Amino acid sequence: MGILEVSNVNKRFGGLQALGNVNLDVAKGTVHAIIGPNGAGKSTLLNVLVGKLVPDTGTVLFNGTSVLGLKPFEINQLGISRVFQTPEIFSDLSVFENMLIPCFAKRDGSFRMHALESIASEKDIIEKAEHMLAEVNMADKRHMTASSLSRGDKRRLEMAMCLVQEPKLLLLDEPTAGMARADTNNTIDLLNQIHDSREITMVIIEHDMHVVFSLAKRITVLAQGTPLVEDTPDNIKGHPKVKEAYLGEAAA
Amino acid sequence: MDAIILQVLNGLDKGSAYALIALGLTLIFGTLGVVNFAHGALFMLGSFCAVTLQKLLSLSFTVEDPTQKDFLGNPLKVDTPYIVSWFGDATGNAILNWSVPLAILFAIPVMLLVGYVMERGLIKHFYKRPHADQILVTFGLAIVIQEIVKYFYGANPIPTPAPDVFRGSVDFGVMIGFAQNEIIYPYWRLVYFLFSAVIIGAVFAFLRFTTFGMVVRAGMADRETVGLLGINIDKRFTIMFGIAAAVAGLAGVMYAPINSPNYHMGMDFLVLSFVVVVVGGMGSLPGAVLAGFLLGILESFASMNEVKSIIPGIDQIIIYLVAIIILLTRPRGLMGRKGVMEE
Amino acid sequence: MLGLSKKDTTFLLVVIFLTLATPILLQPFPENSALAQFNAGYPDLMQRFAIFGIFAIGFNILFGLTGYLSFGHAAFLGVGSYSVVWMYKLLNYNVLPGLVLAIVMSGLFALFIGYISLRRSGIYFSILTLAFAQMSFNLAYSVLTPLTNGETGLQVYNNDPQVLMSEGSPTSPHFFGIVMNEATKVDVGGWQFTFSNGYYFCAIIAIIVFYLSLRIFRSPFGIMLRAIKTNQTRMNYTGLNPRPYTLAAFVISGMYAGLAGGLLAAMDPLAGAERMQWTASGEVVLMTILGGAGTLMGPVLGAGFIKYFENIFSKINDSILHSWFSALPDGLEDFVVFVFHPFIGKGWHLTLGLLFMLVVIFLPGGLIEGGNRIWNVISGKNRKKKRDEAAHHPKPTSHVN
Ligand SMILES: Nc1ncnc2c1ncn2[C@@H]1O[C@H](COP(=O)(O)OP(=O)(O)O)[C@@H](O)[C@H]1O
Ligand SMILES: [Mg+2]
Repeated sequence: MGILEVSNVNKRFGGLQALGNVNLDVAKGTVHAIIGPNGAGKSTLLNVLVGKLVPDTGTVLFNGTSVLGLKPFEINQLGISRVFQTPEIFSDLSVFENMLIPCFAKRDGSFRMHALESIASEKDIIEKAEHMLAEVNMADKRHMTASSLSRGDKRRLEMAMCLVQEPKLLLLDEPTAGMARADTNNTIDLLNQIHDSREITMVIIEHDMHVVFSLAKRITVLAQGTPLVEDTPDNIKGHPKVKEAYLGEAAA
Repeated sequence: MDAIILQVLNGLDKGSAYALIALGLTLIFGTLGVVNFAHGALFMLGSFCAVTLQKLLSLSFTVEDPTQKDFLGNPLKVDTPYIVSWFGDATGNAILNWSVPLAILFAIPVMLLVGYVMERGLIKHFYKRPHADQILVTFGLAIVIQEIVKYFYGANPIPTPAPDVFRGSVDFGVMIGFAQNEIIYPYWRLVYFLFSAVIIGAVFAFLRFTTFGMVVRAGMADRETVGLLGINIDKRFTIMFGIAAAVAGLAGVMYAPINSPNYHMGMDFLVLSFVVVVVGGMGSLPGAVLAGFLLGILESFASMNEVKSIIPGIDQIIIYLVAIIILLTRPRGLMGRKGVMEE
Repeated sequence: MLGLSKKDTTFLLVVIFLTLATPILLQPFPENSALAQFNAGYPDLMQRFAIFGIFAIGFNILFGLTGYLSFGHAAFLGVGSYSVVWMYKLLNYNVLPGLVLAIVMSGLFALFIGYISLRRSGIYFSILTLAFAQMSFNLAYSVLTPLTNGETGLQVYNNDPQVLMSEGSPTSPHFFGIVMNEATKVDVGGWQFTFSNGYYFCAIIAIIVFYLSLRIFRSPFGIMLRAIKTNQTRMNYTGLNPRPYTLAAFVISGMYAGLAGGLLAAMDPLAGAERMQWTASGEVVLMTILGGAGTLMGPVLGAGFIKYFENIFSKINDSILHSWFSALPDGLEDFVVFVFHPFIGKGWHLTLGLLFMLVVIFLPGGLIEGGNRIWNVISGKNRKKKRDEAAHHPKPTSHVN
């Protein structure tokens, strides 16, 4: 039994079947990639997992409990964090302040009225945030306003904000899209290192096959809202159906 | 039954004004994506177009009339409007008497110009700024317009009567089979209602049947797509702003006899009109019109003594109460489209 | 000190000094000089600086930090005033019970309005608050007359119970015997300084609430509010429910407004419904934006600026203008006076409206941003150096100040 079990999930947008009978079983501690052409429904699937969308039918179990009908912040508290396709960070805040917020959220839950405490006195939180920033090599940028970061750094910051929460499941939506090669490789290294050191289960959506094959232990191919095959990377590489639906297109 | 009809009628004129202002607000909102807090000021400017024309027409010169003497035995001084001396007694006085309807002709170019200047000079620069900024800058503009009017016209309401023929009331009850004097309705209010109906009809017809209107409607649905088609949507939106201003202005012109124009009437109507827009559904033109009339009528029902004796003060808050309930239960309003101004 | 960083402590000390020295600082011109009309060191005006400063500081906690633009804060101002006058009527003229009640009542009222209004954001939120405030205003004028005394306004009458009133107790608002409208006048040379009890009472409260807002700005709660303003999506996906935070900010700012309204009645034992009108809400919006929303000092500056110029501009008339420009040739003098005429005296609101538009258009950061820009121009050398540095180093976050 996996940490995440998606069964028979359907989602329609008007006439469009964005997800059709999706079944997905993600084993604990693995890195599971979901690939598929544009518009296949990958982001929609993530939206269902994090509570942004409610599926028309089907169930989503996380650690055996249903997440359907929960609000995004409640799902996050169960231990699911998400990195978005376009980075969602607090762009008016400094990098360091961006890091503080998930730290507070982790410790205090959804709401705590600490209006008259000073941040400087929160030694443990500060330490945690600084540690995480150092881990993603952004310690020198802590005073920068997040909006002035490069695209790659924004992503890295978002990833750090998710990781510092110590999630049980990390969802990544095209984490290397628009990155230069060097940045992509850095990200791969970072993710590998995180996975090795913390045993976080990851679901990763990716277009870049280099990234997929460097990270994933299992791969699901999604086409037109329906899973085509699910297998190990080696088997997927040679799979004729996949070539037809996806890789062939990319190779052309 | 007669009481109900009477209240419906009573709600119509205010409802018409709400509907017209809300219509303009929605046009600006839907096309330009701008929240215009100065729209009430445009309504007020319309009313003052009527005042201005009346003042202009009654500009007079003084002559001594040797045939009449005052009580001291001096020749009587008589003020004669230029209009009367130019066109003769009958025509001159008729023009004076009809100054409010005539002000429509005067207000259209004035308001189109005001709208044009406002859009090109100010609003244009706020398309990409947050809604809060739009609210703030148009709020400032509303204050400025209001103070300028106050500077020229003073703080007191200026009575601006309708033509004499419309001064009386129509016994509406008799027409539909009630006893005499049961349902009395002032002529001018009837005129106002019909006038609004015509304007509303004209705006809808314009949007529906002209190419211009179709492009604008497409633009309201999806600004970017139309932009990609290479149609000069910005220019059309400028014109649209002018039209919205003119609609507000016309609503104001004809409202002058119902409510003597004063400089702060715009603000009073603005708040209510926003409420109307929200109830109707942001971005929905039919919604704005429907909600305008509904709320006008509801307000008039709430001010019936029978109702007030059950729930005291209900007439004062009914509109706001309805708005709050609608906003909480149906955020999109009565007829709002999905995705307009949703956050 | 006091849980503040060194920089903030200095900042707070400067603010305390300026506030306490206001009666002297705002009286720069000798009594008999022509410029004495620009003095602002009289109690009535200084009290309004402090009170509207408090109002704006509170409003800024909501708007400046979370970005939620309320057009209904005047309702809380009104609730505060009514509370205080009621305590005068029931107990005696001691302002303390009234002020406590003002804060409690406005807090409860804000909890109710905020709970409902915060279900929506953006313009919908603004309109909801507007609707609530107009409703309160209309009710205060009509059916709630037994509570508010309608159009006349609430005031103390001879036949009111005033159960705590004894023989010797003051017959005007006081704080344990310190009577608000009493003042000490000190003449030094040509200058006259008025040290009024009322002003110092308001000033001390203003300092306390300013200190609290400073703490809030620097607290984890303050960062949460700014995060909400920036990105509610990320907030939600970080396991945080934005609603309780915004509601807390709304209630706090409502309590500030209630306190300000209470102080208005503490200076002048009257409460009228017009205090609740939405144009009054608009005024605090103007103050906050004009000064600089989201900055600590901005709202106070904006409040002071508006109240000062309201006072000065309203007093200027044509003959004063003529006397200023008398050096010009006659024709030109008349022309200049003619040009300025609409903006002075009763035309002050026109000036305010224009100024406000200019600020929103060109200086979204308000007077504080203007000050910073001017400072940068003055210290031009510095700027060049900084620019060179910026080319090599990442841009630092501008600090909230
Ligand atoms: N909120 C929505 N409303 C309507 N259609 C949507 C919505 N979100 C996604 N879609 C449609 O669903 C399909 C799947 O989209 P998405 O999940 O984003 O694909 P991808 O696999 O590229 O991430 C697309 O055709 C998209 O247009
Ligand atoms: Mg996608």
